[in-house]
Amino acid sequence: MKKLYHLPYHELRRKIFDKEIKVKDYAQEILERIKERKDINAFITINEGILEEANLIDNKIKEGEKVGRLAGALIAIKDNICTKGIRTTCASKMLSNYIPPYDATVIERIKIEDALILGKTNMDEFAMGSTTELSYFGPTKNPLDKERVAGGSSGGSGAAVADHQAPLALGADTGGSVRCPASFCGIFGLKPTYGLVSRYGLISYANSLEQIGPMAKSLKDLSLLLSCISGKDERDSTTLPLKDFNFSFEKKGKIAKRVAIIKELVEEGLQRGVRERFYSALEILKDMGIKISELSLKILEYAIPCYYIIAMAEASSNLARYDGLRYGLKLKEGMENFSLYISKIRGEGFGDEVKRRIILGTFILSAGYYEQFYIKAQAIRKIIRKEFDRIFKEYDLIISPTMPSIAYKLGEKSKDPLEMYLGDIETVSANLAGIPALSLPCGYSSNMPVGLQLMGKPLSEGLLLSTAQEFERIRGENFE
Amino acid sequence: MRELEVKTLSDMSIKIGLEVHCQLTKLKSKLFCPCSSDYRDKEPNTNICPICMGLPGTLPTLNKEALFYALKVCLALNSEPNKRILFFRKNYYYPDLPKNFQITQYDRGGGVPFSSGGVLKLSSGKEIRIRRMNLEEDPAKIFYEGSITSSRYSLIDYNRAGIALLEIVTEPDMSNPKEAREFLERLKGLLEHLEVSEPDLEGAMRCDANISLMDGTRVEIKNISSFKEVEKALNFEIARQKALISKGIKVKRETRHWDEARRITVSLREKEEEEDYRYFPEPDLVPIAINEEMVKQIILTLPELPEKREKRYVKELGLSETLAKVIAYDRDLMKLFEDSLKYCNLPKKIGSWIVNDILAYLNRKNLTLKDLNLDANKLAKLAEYSEEYKVSDKKLKELLNELISGKKNFLEVLKTLKKEELVQKDEVLRIVDSVIKSNSKALEDYRKNKKVLDYFMGKVMEISKGKIDAKEVRNLLKEKIEEIIK
Ligand SMILES: [Zn+2]
Repeated sequence: MKKLYHLPYHELRRKIFDKEIKVKDYAQEILERIKERKDINAFITINEGILEEANLIDNKIKEGEKVGRLAGALIAIKDNICTKGIRTTCASKMLSNYIPPYDATVIERIKIEDALILGKTNMDEFAMGSTTELSYFGPTKNPLDKERVAGGSSGGSGAAVADHQAPLALGADTGGSVRCPASFCGIFGLKPTYGLVSRYGLISYANSLEQIGPMAKSLKDLSLLLSCISGKDERDSTTLPLKDFNFSFEKKGKIAKRVAIIKELVEEGLQRGVRERFYSALEILKDMGIKISELSLKILEYAIPCYYIIAMAEASSNLARYDGLRYGLKLKEGMENFSLYISKIRGEGFGDEVKRRIILGTFILSAGYYEQFYIKAQAIRKIIRKEFDRIFKEYDLIISPTMPSIAYKLGEKSKDPLEMYLGDIETVSANLAGIPALSLPCGYSSNMPVGLQLMGKPLSEGLLLSTAQEFERIRGENFE
Repeated sequence: MRELEVKTLSDMSIKIGLEVHCQLTKLKSKLFCPCSSDYRDKEPNTNICPICMGLPGTLPTLNKEALFYALKVCLALNSEPNKRILFFRKNYYYPDLPKNFQITQYDRGGGVPFSSGGVLKLSSGKEIRIRRMNLEEDPAKIFYEGSITSSRYSLIDYNRAGIALLEIVTEPDMSNPKEAREFLERLKGLLEHLEVSEPDLEGAMRCDANISLMDGTRVEIKNISSFKEVEKALNFEIARQKALISKGIKVKRETRHWDEARRITVSLREKEEEEDYRYFPEPDLVPIAINEEMVKQIILTLPELPEKREKRYVKELGLSETLAKVIAYDRDLMKLFEDSLKYCNLPKKIGSWIVNDILAYLNRKNLTLKDLNLDANKLAKLAEYSEEYKVSDKKLKELLNELISGKKNFLEVLKTLKKEELVQKDEVLRIVDSVIKSNSKALEDYRKNKKVLDYFMGKVMEISKGKIDAKEVRNLLKEKIEEIIK
């Protein structure tokens, strides 16, 4: 029998409003599901107050009070998004006891819509990784094959949604961290336009690249969650001056007409199964009347080094604040010498990958190397941005596979950082250019899901979503 | 031979530059968060929020008011604001930095300072060039038990963390410690006058100095608490460096610490090369465009600047240049002066009182105007009454000083003033009477010739040594004589 937890949120919502089900019962069911599937290790922390909060929503509905757009939605939150009173660890020993005194803007926004925080999901420590193996709390496993990774760094959120432990989730995407687990777990994940969603309360890894993004089992849910979290925030000066979003497509939205594929993203390094799924996806797009052209974008050869230089530079500075003086991990001894104390705390509190990126980032910003690396990377970033601008003058979308392969085996990539970094080839450009990118499932290879990535010009989320919706519809028809 | 050497040493050219950090205390909130900028007298670590504590996930947002304040200062100093305001991170680990980096501005690596160029004029007319100004956040305050080296612990108070600081860096244009002190005093006056800061508040205006002799090695002096200390520290440093040079020892490039208690500078660290702060653009703050319109608006709201005011005092109010200079550059004196003129139109008298009596008294007693129970209204009234009651200058000064020092309150002073006038009136009457009595011959002559009154006048003025008002004497005499001869 189909359980409640299998349903996408928009179907649950109808049942909740029709008083067919109670949010509390649903929450109870979800909690049991999480307990049953503990071996997936999707959550680091569960919100202890969830049943009481669910009760409050039930009462509101019973009393006929007006409720928000996300009433009764249990949302899994990546553990680098601050939640007031709920431990927020970044999957690091450094913050393993840290309870934020404030809510991130996105949390405030979903709470206003009567959503409930289900819990905090596993991730790579400080979002540094593409597999969710590099967590102080152990790896998250792929629900479709427990020998495989869930992707990362928002792997806990991806696995939770795919495994029906949560109907909706928030992740954060610095170089593919929402899209990679979406692709590996077979769900929908979106990295919004830079500045569409407030980063206030998102624990910074690489500020100029990252965005909080929704993850869901359906496009409808995805667009609803996106609508609720988008818009200008006075507390984040990098947010765009936009208000009142509604990416709804109840009516048939406008879809893309001209689409580009980029040689550098689809030729080398693609797994055979992924390539096959990608090309059959192209066929579907053609069926939709979309014209597809192939372009070359040589500069993308430098996208990965450029991305890692900027991300590591920013990270080395962002993570400097973890010194064990004000919050987080503390040592009882060694306080008499500041330098020794913080060396010890940081030595103990950070994992190897975090240390590696801090050390490289520190090096990149050092006198003499700053010009050689950081300034150059910024110049390349500018060129990439311009090139994308140019392409989007002629084409509505750029499409590619989301990841060059299906989910890696546990331990397959995490031992060799360089190989892990190279897996981000398809995704990092969107972060460098600040453009929106959506990952949607487009079939299976070796019984594992393959993701299709749509990228559009800034603020083209609506077009991405409606094109994806139409793609889904046609693909469904083909299956039947 | 030895004498000759000493002579050259005393002629050695000195170059002093200053780096002033001034809190914009008049702002309502800190530079990047909503916490109050009034952190003094608060319980430690109560004037804080997640942002200024650098809690994970928080982001800075620029206090736009701070931008306006900084622009005001920059325009008043004729410094050219940059078209784009960019912030950089200065990365270093120190317990007073909640994020272990400071958000500041930087003039290299793709950055630009808040403004470049500008001048501040000294009383001699010499212009001290401003190199640049930057807007940045103040670190927290660390308390030590005793001194930094012997303390067993450090206590950190984050109340100050994130307060808006304006960094003003000069060119090495000052050639002696006196000039350095005057520069600071003038800058202080300007900041007060623009109503962006209260530099008298503890720690609100801090200064580092750099000094080189004969274009030699530059030495920096840090931890100078007041303007007087700047002069002392620089004097010590000049003597120290001269002694080294005369012995043929090379002056080391280093940062020195002014030990106020021991009145010496001590080496803090030798500086072979600049520390690596790994500056890079702050990704959480977007560049802000400064447009012409904004600048124009601010120019319109700028108050009259001291230089201009000084000229107006001389030209329009008839003040001497000395008086005008002293009053125009000291905001408190200026305010007392201008406010007094709202109640009476006696600028010369008020100006002279303010400088020659009030300021002299303050300097003697090492006090500030706020310590006195004296306001513009009282000062103006006293000036008016003194005109009305014809009190001798000597007596007036005495009264004024009694008022300033608090020996007499304002009412008592007024009573004395009236009494004094009565005494004076009695005195005049007495003289007039005696002159009439002792000149009966002239009194007879007056019956025929009214001009004889002048004779009486002369006599009275002679006895009173001209201290009394002639017109009044004439009226009085006429009245008395007419009465007698009637
Ligand atoms: Zn604050």
